[in-house]
Amino acid sequence: MSGKKPIIELRNVDKSFGPIDVLHDISLTVGEGEVLCLLGDNGAGKSTLIKTLAGVHQPTRGEILMDGVPTTLASPRDAQERGIATVHQFGGTYPLMSVGRNFFMGSEPTKGFGPFKVFDRAKANRIAVDEVQKMGITRITDGDRLVGGLSGGERQSLAIARAVYFGARVLILDEPTAALGVKQAAHVLRIVNEAKKRGLAVIFITHQVMHAMAVGDHFAVLIRGAIAADFRKGEKTREEIADLMAGGESMADLEANIESYKESHGGHVPPVNA
Amino acid sequence: MTDNKSDSSSKLPGLPGLSLGGLLRSPAAGAFMGFAVVFILFAIFGFGRNFLSVPGVTTWVNYASLVGMIAIPVGFLMIAGELDISTGAVLPAATMTVAIVSGHYGMPVMVGIIAALSVGALIGFINGTIVTRTQVPSFIVTLATLFAVAGLTLYLSIFFINNTNSFYHAPDWAKSLFGGKVFGFNSAVFWWIGAIVGFVFFLHYSPKGSWVFALGGDQESARNAGIPVRRLKIGLFMLCSTSTAFAGVLQVITFSSATSQANFGLIFNTIISVVVGGVLLTGGFGTVMGIVFGVLTLSIVTQAIGFTEIDRNLSFLIIGVMLLIAVLMNDTFRSLATSWSAPKKK
Ligand SMILES: Nc1ncnc2c1ncn2[C@@H]1O[C@H](COP(=O)(O)OP(=O)(O)OP(=O)(O)O)[C@@H](O)[C@H]1O
Ligand SMILES: [Mg+2]
Repeated sequence: MSGKKPIIELRNVDKSFGPIDVLHDISLTVGEGEVLCLLGDNGAGKSTLIKTLAGVHQPTRGEILMDGVPTTLASPRDAQERGIATVHQFGGTYPLMSVGRNFFMGSEPTKGFGPFKVFDRAKANRIAVDEVQKMGITRITDGDRLVGGLSGGERQSLAIARAVYFGARVLILDEPTAALGVKQAAHVLRIVNEAKKRGLAVIFITHQVMHAMAVGDHFAVLIRGAIAADFRKGEKTREEIADLMAGGESMADLEANIESYKESHGGHVPPVNA
Repeated sequence: MTDNKSDSSSKLPGLPGLSLGGLLRSPAAGAFMGFAVVFILFAIFGFGRNFLSVPGVTTWVNYASLVGMIAIPVGFLMIAGELDISTGAVLPAATMTVAIVSGHYGMPVMVGIIAALSVGALIGFINGTIVTRTQVPSFIVTLATLFAVAGLTLYLSIFFINNTNSFYHAPDWAKSLFGGKVFGFNSAVFWWIGAIVGFVFFLHYSPKGSWVFALGGDQESARNAGIPVRRLKIGLFMLCSTSTAFAGVLQVITFSSATSQANFGLIFNTIISVVVGGVLLTGGFGTVMGIVFGVLTLSIVTQAIGFTEIDRNLSFLIIGVMLLIAVLMNDTFRSLATSWSAPKKK
């Protein structure tokens, strides 16, 4: 374990949806200023795991600890109030609403008092534009602009900027770089490093080995809902990590298979589900 | 930083810096222009037929206050991605409740009113609970409650007063407060204006207004953002049924009579008003003022056609064409709003 103070910890967490068991006996710790990279094949249960940490799902068994204290994250709001901010894999923005309203959805800034509190549009827009610009999206200068007009990557950046702004203790990013260009992906990696410096616990999901290697202190590999490997930076090579990310199969073997198939089939790649 | 300060073509409607492009894409402005066109045409064709006279104007404005009281919360639901067609049964249920409780049993008028509003709130609660607890579309759920409530209203009317219609004369103070007339305008018009102010505040200014749009935009994300999706939705269904019941209260006190017949026309009229008012059928977008103009336009076409030289039978045709134009405009709006690309450098 790391010498750093643990912020969030899972102990023997199981999650089932009715008869479908998705997570089995997950135990993980993320400390202050530490980046945990969660790796695994499609359907391994990564998103389900982070949704449990974001208060969207409740664990079927096991417990979640914050600062060493068993904690129930009863709802996404509850998790947010404890300083856990999450960028989910899908959605997160509303196309027909303005940048400012998107940014503050669920945590609207207000002015006025009593029952006459109104949404503080000027403040929301100013902060939203500032934060998004910090992400390297300089094209957004007007907080009243509808998000539907932004590109997928710009929307993703907006969602990340939002989580960075609200995440006080734990920042969870589910494949944040999937839709991003090289420059924006680099920004995200930089932001992860900054959050780490500020002492946040970061959980980062990615399918790109390079991105994982660039920021990760600690790696956990999920295979069919169970932790198949849990190691620290420098303990495994790039190739070994890539193999684990492919669900335990050796990438070198897979590539060799494809090569030999191509040789015997006149350069064609194998058909899907051959 | 200055390159697109002058470009406001994708700003929200109704905000400062509205340009012609913004005006064309704003559903509220679209609804206003539709209203203006209809009003001017009717004023021209109705010049010799008293369209602009006091009875001419009050006829459609009074009707608009009834439909509008219901259409705005129906619009909220549509923005949140839901539909409520049970209003056609809630209205008569509310009128009969007042007539039976305060009329037949002679209870104080406030008791009748509170009973009617409670009936509305309860139906809304049932609608909201079923919609949020199951995967059944709200159209089907409220279709079921429409018939259930309509049947129950008929049955209970016969059971209590052995009649499907009833009369009720409210005491003078209640009559002037809820069913009086000022220069030919019913009290309901003033209640509606008050309600519009409240609805505009809630949807466009209060912090929770955003949540309604988020429900229709992306419910999953709204839930992940910590918005109490289920409670909010139930609340919106309750708001809709309670507002409908209140419209029923105003109606029974204004006209001193109640009927238990389901009002199917009302369902169409509220939904047409909402769509003509620029609310996207798919949810996620709309404005209160747009709905207000939608209601006014519909009311002119259906109620004031007799004050013009336009053949009365054409009113349905006009509404059909209007609805079609509105839907096409809303569709254009959506694709414009979601396909905006880099701002042009000036
Ligand atoms: N609400 C749910 N009900 C039932 N099964 C679910 C539910 N959510 C997820 N699952 C199942 O759990 C498994 C893991 O899904 P999850 O989304 O966590 O995978 P993932 O590791 O994030 O995959 P990806 O890399 O594709 O994002 C899948 O088989 C999925 O079908
Ligand atoms: Mg996932």
